[in-house]
Amino acid sequence: MSAAQKPSLRGGGLMRLKGLVRKEFLQIVRDPSSIAIAFVMPIFLLVLFGYGVSLDADHVPVALVAEAPSPDTADFFASLESSHYFAPLHARTLAAAEQALREGRVNAIVHLRANFAEQLRWSDGAPIQVIVNGVDANTARLTQGYIEGAWGNWLARRTASQGQELATPVQLEQRVWFNSELRSRNYLVPGLVAIIMTLIGTLLTALVMAREWERGTLEALLVTPASMTEILLGKIIAYFVLGTGGMLLTVGLAVGLFDVPLRGAFWLLWACASLFLLAALGMGLAISAVARNQFVAGQVAIIGTFLPAFLLSGFIFDIDSMPTVVQGITHVIVARYFVSIVQTLFLAGDVWSVVLPNALALLLMAAIFLGITWRKSRKRLE
Amino acid sequence: MDDAPILEAVDLARSFASGHQRTQALDGVSFAIRPGVVTGLIGPDGAGKTTLMRLAAGLLVPDAGSIRALGMDSTRESLAVQAALGYMPQRFGLYEDLSVQENLDLYADLQGVPHTARAERYAELMHMTGLGPFTRRLAGRLSGGMKQKLGLACTLVRAPRLLLLDEPTVGVDPVSRRELWSIVDRLVKNEGMSVLLSTAYLDEAERCQAVILLDRGKILDQGPPATISARMTGRTWAASVAGKRPRDLQAGLTGHPGVVDALVQGDHVRLVTQTADDPAQLTRLPGLQDAHIDAVPPRFEDGFIDLLHTRNDPVAAPHGVPRVDALPQRADVDDAPVIQVDGLRRRFGSFWAVDGISFDVRRGEIFGLLGANGAGKSTTFRMLCGLLPASAGSLRVAGLDLRHAASTARGRIGYMSQKFSLYGNLSVAQNLDFFASAYGLTGTRRETRRDWALTEFELSPYADRLSADLSLGYKQRLAMACALMHQPEILFLDEPTSGVDPLARREFWLRINALARAGVTVLVTTHFMEEAEYCDRLAIMAAGRILAMDEPAAIKAGARTPEQPEPSMEDAFIRLVEAADAAKEAA
Amino acid sequence: MLIRLLALIHKEFLALLKDPRSRMVLIVPPMIQLLVFGYAATFDLKDISYALYNEDRGTASRELVAAFDGAPAFHRVATLHAEGEIAPLVDKRAVLVVLRIGPRFSADLQSRGSAPVQVIVDGRNSNTAMIALNYVRAIVDGFNRAWITAHGLPAPPARLETRAWFNPNLESRWFFIPGIIGMLTLVTTMLVTALTVAREREQGTFDQLLVTPLRPGEILLGKALPGFLIGMVQGTAILLIATLWFKVPLLGSLSALYAGLALFLLSGVGAGLLISSLAVTQQQGLLGAFLFMVPAVILSGFATPIANMPAFVQTITLIDPLRYFLVILRKVFLEGAGFDVLMGQFWPMAVIGGVSLILASWLFRHRLY
Repeated sequence: MSAAQKPSLRGGGLMRLKGLVRKEFLQIVRDPSSIAIAFVMPIFLLVLFGYGVSLDADHVPVALVAEAPSPDTADFFASLESSHYFAPLHARTLAAAEQALREGRVNAIVHLRANFAEQLRWSDGAPIQVIVNGVDANTARLTQGYIEGAWGNWLARRTASQGQELATPVQLEQRVWFNSELRSRNYLVPGLVAIIMTLIGTLLTALVMAREWERGTLEALLVTPASMTEILLGKIIAYFVLGTGGMLLTVGLAVGLFDVPLRGAFWLLWACASLFLLAALGMGLAISAVARNQFVAGQVAIIGTFLPAFLLSGFIFDIDSMPTVVQGITHVIVARYFVSIVQTLFLAGDVWSVVLPNALALLLMAAIFLGITWRKSRKRLE
Repeated sequence: MDDAPILEAVDLARSFASGHQRTQALDGVSFAIRPGVVTGLIGPDGAGKTTLMRLAAGLLVPDAGSIRALGMDSTRESLAVQAALGYMPQRFGLYEDLSVQENLDLYADLQGVPHTARAERYAELMHMTGLGPFTRRLAGRLSGGMKQKLGLACTLVRAPRLLLLDEPTVGVDPVSRRELWSIVDRLVKNEGMSVLLSTAYLDEAERCQAVILLDRGKILDQGPPATISARMTGRTWAASVAGKRPRDLQAGLTGHPGVVDALVQGDHVRLVTQTADDPAQLTRLPGLQDAHIDAVPPRFEDGFIDLLHTRNDPVAAPHGVPRVDALPQRADVDDAPVIQVDGLRRRFGSFWAVDGISFDVRRGEIFGLLGANGAGKSTTFRMLCGLLPASAGSLRVAGLDLRHAASTARGRIGYMSQKFSLYGNLSVAQNLDFFASAYGLTGTRRETRRDWALTEFELSPYADRLSADLSLGYKQRLAMACALMHQPEILFLDEPTSGVDPLARREFWLRINALARAGVTVLVTTHFMEEAEYCDRLAIMAAGRILAMDEPAAIKAGARTPEQPEPSMEDAFIRLVEAADAAKEAA
Repeated sequence: MLIRLLALIHKEFLALLKDPRSRMVLIVPPMIQLLVFGYAATFDLKDISYALYNEDRGTASRELVAAFDGAPAFHRVATLHAEGEIAPLVDKRAVLVVLRIGPRFSADLQSRGSAPVQVIVDGRNSNTAMIALNYVRAIVDGFNRAWITAHGLPAPPARLETRAWFNPNLESRWFFIPGIIGMLTLVTTMLVTALTVAREREQGTFDQLLVTPLRPGEILLGKALPGFLIGMVQGTAILLIATLWFKVPLLGSLSALYAGLALFLLSGVGAGLLISSLAVTQQQGLLGAFLFMVPAVILSGFATPIANMPAFVQTITLIDPLRYFLVILRKVFLEGAGFDVLMGQFWPMAVIGGVSLILASWLFRHRLY
């Protein structure tokens, strides 16, 4: 009897799946917070990163102190003043400049002593004292680099005007591949695609299974001919489509609005994003299926998604610079693999040696998470 | 159709782990259900009704024994069984953020109903349930009765041969209950469906062709309901004493040896005795010396209560009158109204949920608010408690509007809601302590009150149990205990017995009566018509208005017709609601 | 009133800490996250993998290569023999930097006193690329100075003498760890507060609370204090790890730091309770928490300085409490600041906390659902 019924059960599978997917969509549409996470937050974050957030310092406030102003000191300062990297502030005394540094009004001090003009003619040269605020080490280094650049230009100009040649034995010719202007936007925006998709994928699904358990609706679904696989598939498909929408939106904005080059093939990006989405959705569903309780699932999602994806994925901080143990930990962060793929596909192109191993890792993660979900949601109530 | 059983269980057993102990939910249950009839699964809370339903639907695996539905093994062939039967779980399994139509479509897809057949089936279901005008409304916005009908419609999109309904009438008003029953009867008669329905309403048992009585995982009895009530012939009486309130009479009789049950029914007490007596002997019972005693026909409920008592169950054992000592006895006991409501209105959007109601409640009175789901009871209730501002009109509770009154005024009321809102992840004792402290009880006073609550409500064995793990009956006890920790003068009870079995209900009302006799004013909303009889006065509400307000006997008397000389409270209620609907349509 | 309040706080603590799973969630992950993130969050490159493509056989090139191989941050992973080998290595991220020395390097250096060296950097992560270039430049500068002295060439007429205040070795970990303290504290307060009111609403216990003599303000305090106290305890634990384990110097006034922590917790708890009282369901509470938390972290200046943001974004950051707390943390830890310098950071957090708490307590009673 049951053997005779099985083909008919399977025949209705497509209809059941369609019904389940439609149900998920309606639920998504009815909850304003889901839409906010899927569409408003990506736009907001992209605009922030695209226009707002940048690691490239510009107009760094610098205090300039010349104890004895002279044409030489003015000449040197002019090289700083003419650069758009600096917002110079003239201070009368070193003490005043130091006070400004302490109060955070300037990031650095350039200090020329009273005998600067005189020392310039000495054999070992005049010391130029530079003090930077080292708290933000990165900005400090950038500032230092900018000052060195201005100093180098000044030296070259000065020696040339005196008909001499400046001795620079080794001249560095730098070639920055993939991002020749070193625009931080070009690497932050693709990485952001990964962060946003982690949020959409994991956060939106973290509560959905737990919610069905808590509200008793799962019990009603379970006694229909729908199998657990179909129920899960219905959720995966719905959120997959939503996530793909978020992905297209962010990629479109990145390329269209922020001029981030997309050098790789779009279909490859699409394929990898789909794999990533499966893994992220799997993680959300796994949290939900294991917790079966919205409160706990919510807490796990808060702890487990955003900060790890933000800090450990290579989005901002270079994974190779982390200690070995921490590098090991990053391997369980799904976003890590996708960040690597996106940065390569956007800026370098279809580099199979990067894409393939990461895509395989994504496939494995997706399989593990979906496997956990499937195992934890057998078609029984216990 | 042959007479082979459509659902058959053999030595079915199933236990669950809760904390470190195991509870035996079902223990060697065997039965066979005939096709083509409605079978009732009756039992108090925690009897194992839901577990049995789930086992039948293949959602759980039994520890021992087997269960076969429609000739298939529910456990091993669960997919095939699930494809063939219909099952409506307790909360109806509806998606509240989907509309009526969307819910139906979902279940039609899941059940594989072909698109061509849908229009006809939907029309049939909409006609049957009367949901036709609401197809676009979100399920979450439906009243309890409509949700229940939608849940049923979703289960019926593909007509199953066997329908399992798990407590379909919990929290649903009498009008909707009556409608559900007529749908079920029609399904059985016209479509030859077999129905297994679990319920805690004993009057519903009499509508079943067969019943299975379940208690603590064991079958007490099974058979046609009439045979169970027939055993009680000659043991049921109506007693009244002129000039004595039935409530006081009941207090004297309850728990007395030889008395199985004593219930207030309007102006008399319905009495069930242990043996068949003649009325003369009954006058020896306390308070009945000068009583007027008539024999009345037995009901199914009498048989059920008797069965539970003969099991010598500590829960079911007749209780004495609860100790409600230490209640604040106020010197200035007068007849001044404690609750005054005048022209109260409340609007949600363009819809008037409460549309100009007025009533007074005197000190020590039990005042009932009766109405169908959506009649405006809960809105009125929430306004009285200060949880919702009124749109117009005035209301006074102990002379104050609780919404604006100082917080100490709230300390004079007790509140118990239909969800038995307790902190599920706190233990029983912690819940008690918390509510005691929230009402400002300290030190030894708090301890004595906690001890009082633990003994009085027999919660001591569960003091360290999480309240979420309690059975519904015990949750209700705990909720009541929490509401009484600070000995309030006024008690607000919002459907306090919803879903609770008849024994727990009896016990609950004994307490309420005792409190009222001690001078506590009680305002209660309820769906149970028999409970309306316990009230001193009641107001029947529909569509935000009060249709009738009087003593129960007077309300029943108002519904008297030549065809129905002795209408029940339910008849009176339905007549009033129907008359109001007719008046509205005529207008 | 005090008893009622204490009972409420006691209840909230029980609800949060009774379940061993919740206890774990509150205590263990922040500690682990601080350790992991503390090591992860750094812009300092410790191990730059580079490839060498040296077509020159002279001694000068060998000296230059020795300078690179001797630098602790550089790690040669490949030695190339053809130009075509460069691209695949960079593409697959096997190396970050390729140093290419032309065939006439040593000869030109000897004869003309100057020779070019090409350095190729993978710019996919522009920040890493820029830092790596700085490192390369520093090594080349050192080589040049040595060469000038050794060969008696004229020195430049002026030289830079750079000192970094507050963080002399420019350890970026010193900058990020205080930031992580702020972020983790924010996450915990969200964890404790954002779902609580929504959960009580879903379970119906919130009505029960409202009919007790507890005033909305008391309920608010009862909900706020546990988050506040847990945040304090956790903040202390994280501070200890930061100073004792990561050895971040704590130079400033501890009382100013705690005052900042208290005000920050106040504003975080306020925001969390506001989200919680706006949310109808726990799902909305959770998503609301993220809608607040993600921008709060990104706009706080944790990784990217606020000064680099355009004016309108900088205006938005003014309502981000984390922004102020990060300034306090960094100034107290590294700059040794006290109350006097930090006043400008204290009052905005107090305002944010006060406004959100008042709104939340108003919503307790007036939100219809």
